[in-house]
Amino acid sequence: MKTKKTISALMIAGLLTATPALAEEKPVLTVYTYDSFASEWGPGPAVEKGFEASCGCDLKYVTAGDGAALLSRVMMEGTHGKADVVLGLDMNLMAQARNTGLFAEHPKIDAEYTLPIAWEDPVFVPFDWGYFAFVYDKTKVKDVPTDFKALAASPLKIIIEDPRSSTPGLGLLMWVKSAYGDGAAQVWKDLADNIVTVTPGWSEAYGLFLKGESDMVLSYTTSPAYHLIAEQDDSKAAAPFTEGHYLQVEVAAKMAGAQQSDLADSFLTYLTSSDVQAVIPETNWMYPAITPAAGLPTGFGTLITPDKALVFPPAEAKKVRDEALSEWLSALGR
Amino acid sequence: MAERARPLSLGAAAGWLATAGLLLLTVGTTAAVLVRAGAAPRPGPGDWAAVQFTALQAAASALISAALAVPVSRALVRRIFPGRGALITLMGAPFLLPGLVAVIGILEVFGRAGWISRAIAPLGLAPLQIYGPAGIILAHVFFNLPLAVRLILQGWHDIPAERFRLAASLGFGPRDVARLLEWPMLRTTLPGTILTIFLICLTSFVVALTLGGGPRATTVELAIYQAFRFEFDPARAAMLGAVQFALCLCATLATMRFAAGAGFGAGLDRPIRIIVAQAAGARIHDVAILLMVTAFLSAPLLAVVLAGLPYLFDMPASLALAALRSLIMAVASSALALGIALALAHVALRAGPAGKLAEVTGMLSLSASPLVMGTGLFLLLRPLIDPTAVALPATVAVNAAMAVPFVLRILLPGLREIQAGYGRLSDSLGVTGWPRLRLVTLPRLRRPLGFAAGLAAALAMGDLGVIALFGDPDRATLPLEVFRLMGAYRTNVAAAGAVVLLVLSFTLFWICDRWGRNART
Amino acid sequence: MLALDHLTLAVGDFRLAAHLTVKDPGVTAIIGASGSGKSTLLAAIAGFLVPQSGRILWNGEDLLPLAPGQRPLTMLFQDQNLFPHLSTAKNVALGLSPSLRLTAADWARVDQALLRTGLAGLGARLPSELSGGQQARVALARMLLRARPLLLLDEAFAGLGPALKAEMLDLVVALATETRAMVLMVSHDPDDALRTAPQTILVADGMAHPPVSTTDLLANPPPSLRRYLGK
Repeated sequence: MKTKKTISALMIAGLLTATPALAEEKPVLTVYTYDSFASEWGPGPAVEKGFEASCGCDLKYVTAGDGAALLSRVMMEGTHGKADVVLGLDMNLMAQARNTGLFAEHPKIDAEYTLPIAWEDPVFVPFDWGYFAFVYDKTKVKDVPTDFKALAASPLKIIIEDPRSSTPGLGLLMWVKSAYGDGAAQVWKDLADNIVTVTPGWSEAYGLFLKGESDMVLSYTTSPAYHLIAEQDDSKAAAPFTEGHYLQVEVAAKMAGAQQSDLADSFLTYLTSSDVQAVIPETNWMYPAITPAAGLPTGFGTLITPDKALVFPPAEAKKVRDEALSEWLSALGR
Repeated sequence: MAERARPLSLGAAAGWLATAGLLLLTVGTTAAVLVRAGAAPRPGPGDWAAVQFTALQAAASALISAALAVPVSRALVRRIFPGRGALITLMGAPFLLPGLVAVIGILEVFGRAGWISRAIAPLGLAPLQIYGPAGIILAHVFFNLPLAVRLILQGWHDIPAERFRLAASLGFGPRDVARLLEWPMLRTTLPGTILTIFLICLTSFVVALTLGGGPRATTVELAIYQAFRFEFDPARAAMLGAVQFALCLCATLATMRFAAGAGFGAGLDRPIRIIVAQAAGARIHDVAILLMVTAFLSAPLLAVVLAGLPYLFDMPASLALAALRSLIMAVASSALALGIALALAHVALRAGPAGKLAEVTGMLSLSASPLVMGTGLFLLLRPLIDPTAVALPATVAVNAAMAVPFVLRILLPGLREIQAGYGRLSDSLGVTGWPRLRLVTLPRLRRPLGFAAGLAAALAMGDLGVIALFGDPDRATLPLEVFRLMGAYRTNVAAAGAVVLLVLSFTLFWICDRWGRNART
Repeated sequence: MLALDHLTLAVGDFRLAAHLTVKDPGVTAIIGASGSGKSTLLAAIAGFLVPQSGRILWNGEDLLPLAPGQRPLTMLFQDQNLFPHLSTAKNVALGLSPSLRLTAADWARVDQALLRTGLAGLGARLPSELSGGQQARVALARMLLRARPLLLLDEAFAGLGPALKAEMLDLVVALATETRAMVLMVSHDPDDALRTAPQTILVADGMAHPPVSTTDLLANPPPSLRRYLGK
């Protein structure tokens, strides 16, 4: 009876606390990443398994909500953090991250990136990328707008994300700004009556769109691939815009104070290997930074491929986004 | 009469410990962020606009919820009908839903593509447009009306049956009952009810934003998000967190001034229900109100269930483990919340500044920004232990703290009655300390205790909470898994997960609440 | 012996002074106009009110440091003498152990107390299932088991009819005599005092006067008492 109680107490303790003591003999590589990367449905588990097979180490994820929350956490911890690698920042955060001085240069990585832009950065290693786009249901929307002006003039209803609390929301802000510059404020004013609501994050926006609350939703050009591959549903599509589409590149970097510096280096190299890159499309539903030799999964061939990639250089991004936010706020309500 | 001066008892010591713990979790975590970040900036004009909007929507939501709850609870007290118990239990359900799930349920009914919009489309009517202040208030009323009803219902039960017998024997009409029994009861119950809902709505994030329709609906909590993750300015976030505490403090102190003791005295637990003579008009009125409220509350719940049901068997096995983990955490949170609240009440029941401090502290966690609290807790724990390793215990503690205001609100009136009715008798018989808790307080408190335990457990069950901030991906809770599924395009499976979550929280709530309502009162 | 030594009580603006001794055993009535401070005096003796100054002594021992439950007394209130959720037997048993930890022998004593107060066989009932007179008897049975040398009655039994009240008072006196306890009873009925209490403390004009013979007091009442008695 008593042992039974002890066993169940141990089981409960095991459910609630982390890391059993047994695993502590191997060195532990701590990777900070955003939650959906490390989740059961993200690339995390495959990446962990693959890396642990060769590194003789234990890879441990610590998660935060998204890229911005991740950087916020890293800044909060300063030099006392446990992170060896931070994975999941994007170009909008890179300058800010670089300025903290908390990140170290990566080793020489021999990779032929297939990004829409040239990539040379001593600190940040790209692992995937995508374009922001408005996704719609082909069976419901027949008159698909081809740019922001046409969208604003149409009766179509859209759901977008708040730039203050979400990465795609910020991406849209930068998209309009890069396409229209000083005219961005007017574009937002014209879009105001198309916007059903502004959600705190991507999940809310996409969920509402699938429920039929709007005709279009701000997401990625790669979103239809999920429906096609995982659900055999070809009704979703992304609308190509003639202004071009804003680019998101997701990056990883080693912490300057990494305790497992060598393991961190080999992890960054592993990240660009075909093992990881082949997993990215159907787990993160983004384009891999290096197209695997076997090519992309079939469904990806049906996706729109924007002619023009819009992006602000990281150094400019910080200044632009503050200005763009106040334009956005005043155009939409304040 | 003055209390006797006695040495610090065990109960009082526990009370002070609970007060200190809660202050550490709320004000302490905010201070930790501030200390780490350096000097705090002053609030700007945009911040004041956010404060104004936040306070206004919270006040409107609270007043409307409470105003609607009065006729609903009266109808529930006056009418005996089959399914009455089930309806009262249903009153617990909306409150227990994670924000995102509730929003989707509401939109399934009231949204642009919702049931009502589709029903009126053939008539040539445009779809409902609920985004904006109306949508926020609708959702907050959906969330909080049931809580208000339950809190006021508690007040009805605190009026001893003897009083109703007296009223009936004196031939009181409905107006006399309202003036002499209902109004004094409402005067004690309503301020706390309004305050509680006001504070809940103060930190509303997903609901206020998703249904708000745009940046006009900017709340303080959103400004905190902005400070943390757009401006990387934790000092500003802490300042805004402090602004939320100030709002909470003002509202709580104002409420304390308004609230008055009812003093019905104690009854003898006579198992009688006296229904004061009613005109047919009152009966129709009651039935209409109950039907409308049932429809309003159950339609979005039904929508959530219908959306998830077909995908129940598509759920991955990992959800079962997450559900089990959530259940254990919910029960632990509930027990901890009850313990903290009872200890706190021990001090809060005293007259004077000590009692006030304890009562205010008990409300404080409701206005704590989860983001500031989580970050602060992280900073406080880090020098001592790896925060990720204690993600789940920390979540249990925070969830318990978040439930304390509700538990305290529910238990305090009953505790006051027990104190007034049986305090001297117990003292004179030497029934003090632990035996007092076991023999007098807990048995006499069983009804509110069951309700409070159920509420605390279900709240913890449905809360996404700080677990998302502490981030140990291998030990997720059910709400976090549901949120992750949504974030991974798996909306249908997430809907099924939401059904499981709803059913589990509701079952937990039902078990505790039923235990309480089986009390002989 | 109960001694109130230069006692001053304060509740808000109200003041009450007392400097007197009462010898045990026996019954002493406390009478006075409504609001004169009779119940306040009892509350102080029972430990619910901290005196502003002075001492309360029982056989020379200062009662002030003692919590209400530790004082050598039992108090019967106007109402609320029973816990409605506890059975009659448990309500009585609290007189033996405030934590209700009783041995079989203790329970036998509970049964005996119930028998002595005419409640045999009613131990399992809840207070709400008893008549008013029976409820009063439950409190008396408990008092019997507590066996404290001082008994305070704060207008106890006021809710019962005159005949029932008289019967209960007689029972209290009988029980007190049996246990050689001192009884202090607040009453606003001079007849009660005459019938049961040989001596009476008059509370009037902010002062509790030393006990005097009840017969003498009522035969020749001072002006303040005369006003109260309406004579």
